[in-house]
Amino acid sequence: MTKWWWKFLAIALMLFTIIMGMMATVPALPILHETIRNLYYHVPMWFGMTLMLMVAMIYSIRYLRRGKMEHDILAASFTKVGLLMGCCGITTGMLWAQSTWGVFWNNDPKETAAAVGLLLYFAYFVLRNSMDDMDKRARVSAVANIIFYFTFIPIIFIVPRLTDSLHPGNGGNPGFNAYDLDNGMRVIFYPAVIGWSLLGTWIASVTARIEILNSKFHFAINNSASNSAKQLESKFS
Amino acid sequence: MFFKKIISFLLLQIITVSAFAQRPDNTIEMADVMRSNGKIYVVIAVLLTIFAGLLIFLISQEMKLKKLERKINEHISNQNNNQ
Repeated sequence: MTKWWWKFLAIALMLFTIIMGMMATVPALPILHETIRNLYYHVPMWFGMTLMLMVAMIYSIRYLRRGKMEHDILAASFTKVGLLMGCCGITTGMLWAQSTWGVFWNNDPKETAAAVGLLLYFAYFVLRNSMDDMDKRARVSAVANIIFYFTFIPIIFIVPRLTDSLHPGNGGNPGFNAYDLDNGMRVIFYPAVIGWSLLGTWIASVTARIEILNSKFHFAINNSASNSAKQLESKFS
Repeated sequence: MFFKKIISFLLLQIITVSAFAQRPDNTIEMADVMRSNGKIYVVIAVLLTIFAGLLIFLISQEMKLKKLERKINEHISNQNNNQ
């Protein structure tokens, strides 16, 4: 994670997104007008959030398999960044909804599902911070993270398709043409998704490194008696 | 024969591009004024400045963190060697 090339890639893709997202021509559509450009900034928040939460879920499984504290801390950090992106996504979504659908919040199935999903992950942090014992906290929150991920994905991606939704690609089966996306917009949208995801990964890795350092430090202070080296090695890889 | 195929393929490509370039109509209101008088570049400059500021902050924090990591890891390994 301390390699640098993917951070340059993140910066390059973000610069591309910011410049081309504003500059490139977009289809002129009624209702949307210029807000169609929000596709490059609002939608990648959710794509990035889903990816961050998936990485967190994978690290939770790895923690349960190997019992290394790093994996627990990485899972929590990726969840934190996922939640941050989700909050940005829901706020920007509300602004966009105000201009296109008339009100900030119209109880659209996808909006409701996203709100429930965010609350689930807030509950994850409440649960996590309610325990003092390091191992117990890590085990319980790893299990919770896996359960929450597999609750979150169906309610945000499947349920809105079963009913009517204002979001494009929902309500009925969108098939392969989920977004009816203009090809010129695709060229900027996909790099934007990758750029935002890499930026999220970057922030999550810095957060995780601070936390790992913090817990290593506390571990070293609290266990300064003999064989602390062995214990440290069993906790951290 | 092969080159003929290539050339006709490219010609057909160009036709598609011109088809893409056609805009349906100009009745839908877009921010065309900002584009024509170049004001959109001001917005891009503002966005880039904010992004650069955030990026510099993130990188400086990471550099500080790297130093601290080295210090603490060295300290812990020294402590373990002394025992």
